[in-house]
Amino acid sequence: MAVTPPERRIWWNEPIERVELVWIIIAFLWGLFMFAFMIAWHFIGQQNLSKEAYRINPSAYEEKVEGFAKQYQVREEQGIPVVKPQAGGDVYLLARLWQWWPILELEQGVSYRIHLSSLDWMHGFSLQPTNVNISVYPGIEHIISLTPTQSGEFGIVCNEFCGIGHHTMTGKIYVTEQKRAEAGQPPAAGR
Amino acid sequence: MTAETVIGAVPAKAEFRTCQYTGLKVDAAAQALIKANAVGAVVFLAVGGLMGLLVALTRWPAVHLLPAEWFYLVLTGHGANVLLFWIIFFEIAILYFASAVLLNSRLAAPKFAWLGFVLMVVGALATNVAVLQGDSSVMFTSYPPMQAKPHFYLGLILFAVGALIGCMIFFATLVIAREERTYEGSIPLVTFGAMTAAIIAVFTIASGAIILIPTWLWSLGFISNIDPLMYKVVWWAMGHSSQQINVSAHVSLWYLIAALLVGAKPLSEKVSRTAFLMYILFLQLASAHHLLAEPGLDASWKIVNTSYMMYLAVMGSMVHGLTVPGAIEAAQRRNGYDRGAFEWLRKAPWGHPAFSGMFLSLVFFGFIGGISGVVLGTEQLNVLMHNTIYVPGHFHGTVVAGTTLAFMAATYLVLPLIFQREIIWPGLAKLQPYLFGVGAAGISLFMMGAGTLGVARRHWDITFSDANLSFAHSAGAFLMMGLNGIFAIIAALGGALFVLIVVGTVLFGEKIKSGHKLTFPLFSGGGAVASHYGSEKAPKLPGTIILVAIFFVCFVLYYFINWKYLSELWLFR
Repeated sequence: MAVTPPERRIWWNEPIERVELVWIIIAFLWGLFMFAFMIAWHFIGQQNLSKEAYRINPSAYEEKVEGFAKQYQVREEQGIPVVKPQAGGDVYLLARLWQWWPILELEQGVSYRIHLSSLDWMHGFSLQPTNVNISVYPGIEHIISLTPTQSGEFGIVCNEFCGIGHHTMTGKIYVTEQKRAEAGQPPAAGR
Repeated sequence: MTAETVIGAVPAKAEFRTCQYTGLKVDAAAQALIKANAVGAVVFLAVGGLMGLLVALTRWPAVHLLPAEWFYLVLTGHGANVLLFWIIFFEIAILYFASAVLLNSRLAAPKFAWLGFVLMVVGALATNVAVLQGDSSVMFTSYPPMQAKPHFYLGLILFAVGALIGCMIFFATLVIAREERTYEGSIPLVTFGAMTAAIIAVFTIASGAIILIPTWLWSLGFISNIDPLMYKVVWWAMGHSSQQINVSAHVSLWYLIAALLVGAKPLSEKVSRTAFLMYILFLQLASAHHLLAEPGLDASWKIVNTSYMMYLAVMGSMVHGLTVPGAIEAAQRRNGYDRGAFEWLRKAPWGHPAFSGMFLSLVFFGFIGGISGVVLGTEQLNVLMHNTIYVPGHFHGTVVAGTTLAFMAATYLVLPLIFQREIIWPGLAKLQPYLFGVGAAGISLFMMGAGTLGVARRHWDITFSDANLSFAHSAGAFLMMGLNGIFAIIAALGGALFVLIVVGTVLFGEKIKSGHKLTFPLFSGGGAVASHYGSEKAPKLPGTIILVAIFFVCFVLYYFINWKYLSELWLFR
């Protein structure tokens, strides 16, 4: 029994049951497959998190975001600038207690270089209802090439606990439909 | 060199009694320590469980019980009390049982073991005080730059030192038992599994010391800065590995309960032990599970670590997933339940709370906790669920429906065999594992459902009523959180019943005397029945084969469904 020492002293020489052996092989091969599939997704998949990141002083990052917001602001909403960056350009989003700033307006099918960083504590970038979730650190500027595939209004929720106002920390991204005729370009021109 | 000179203890003057049901020699010092640690465990389970109910009721949008400050406070306490204190106290009891009792040995240095126990109690209290004072609501993970009071960290450090002493006592007892030849041949499988847990515990506690001591000094002002990313890497070497202690411990209990209740014997010692060895070799890599959505880490690092080096530790769990029910099936067929594919399972002792708890734990751990864990820990899929309430959904499947339920099941053996008290309210005791199991499985599944719909974890208000920019979750998300609340009540009823049964039995249960017949008897088929099947004559296990086939199909389907979800996301690279 499992509560007593093995009956045979030389238990490591006992043959393995066939059922067990077959299952071990299946489990091993399935593990190998899952391992390989993560690697494969880097080649066949369109959703792989970028590792491009830089150390940055939070106040330097704040300046960059403010400069960006000033340059591309199109209107204001509840005191927060709505910023419509250039297609394919750099987009700066900052997290702080307790907001995502500024509001972004992007175009569907266009790729942007989104910069993410926090000014204070850790935050969690959670794009809803799409459900893309990325950790945001103070002092680290993370750059992701992001292409919206849907249009409409999207929320950014904070899903890393950041103190008593955590549940009030939201942001917004508008995605406008592609103006194919106007641009006269094939879809997903920014990619 | 004898064991005494190695550990510096006084030569043995241990008192033993012989257990009338198992024939094991029980050291009085070990017995007292097992009792103390088990009682400590149940106290913290009661506190932490109540906190868990309050959390779930607050997250039920229609109830929304606590104000925000209290919610975050209670959630911090819930994590520490159940994830750490309840489980580790119980694990120390398991270590003492699996070494001293199963090996018929005296326990090494009982005085040190008591010192360890006192440190754990003091540490757990200090952390609880810090949390309840209200200025350490930093969540169980306490990610800097968010800072708790120094005694929050100090309590955790003291607790870990106490637990480390417990591990050392376990290892020393193994040495003593070998020196004093209290057993023949190799240690039993259950002791081997417990040793796996203890080895992982040493790694875990070392990682905890490496990160918590500097963090404590930082909270005192001696260190100016803790890098948040570095903190997370090292903290999770403690945080995730401590869950692997649980896995090793509760898998050992599955084997233990199967052996004591149906006379099950491992199909193959070699396979089961190798599966435990896989845990020792690879489970520590799991820190990476918490770093898949973090900036700046290379994909190859993530893939190798998050997969436990090509899923070799997952393979260990899948092997146990076959060998545990397989051992039960083989034993039950020996016991005469040989008809069809499933008579062995139908005629299993489902009325024995230790068996029902153990088997439900096995099923839920595999189907809910295990499958969701692999999916969540897949490099790219993690982005779908990172920090959503899917994450607590997953680990309530492992730690609550898996570990906690297995520990509860084992308690129904500890009460009569170690406390030597007859279980009061046997009718309710029969019901308890089902109640708690269904509740725990429900909260796991519905939190996973809500997380799939985007609901954040550790979040007071999914209506965002106080937020400047509003956002509305789907009606489905609200439904999931409501169902989560309902099943949390069921789980809490099961948990409360467990605490009442344990406390009632310890205080008022009939004292078991010689010749007493247990309400929930152990397997009585005799040693001979259990001893001679196995290697030469292959047992037929059609029922187990069907069960693992169903498991595998669920696993594969769920895995690919999530890739499908991922492929529909916005594109990012």
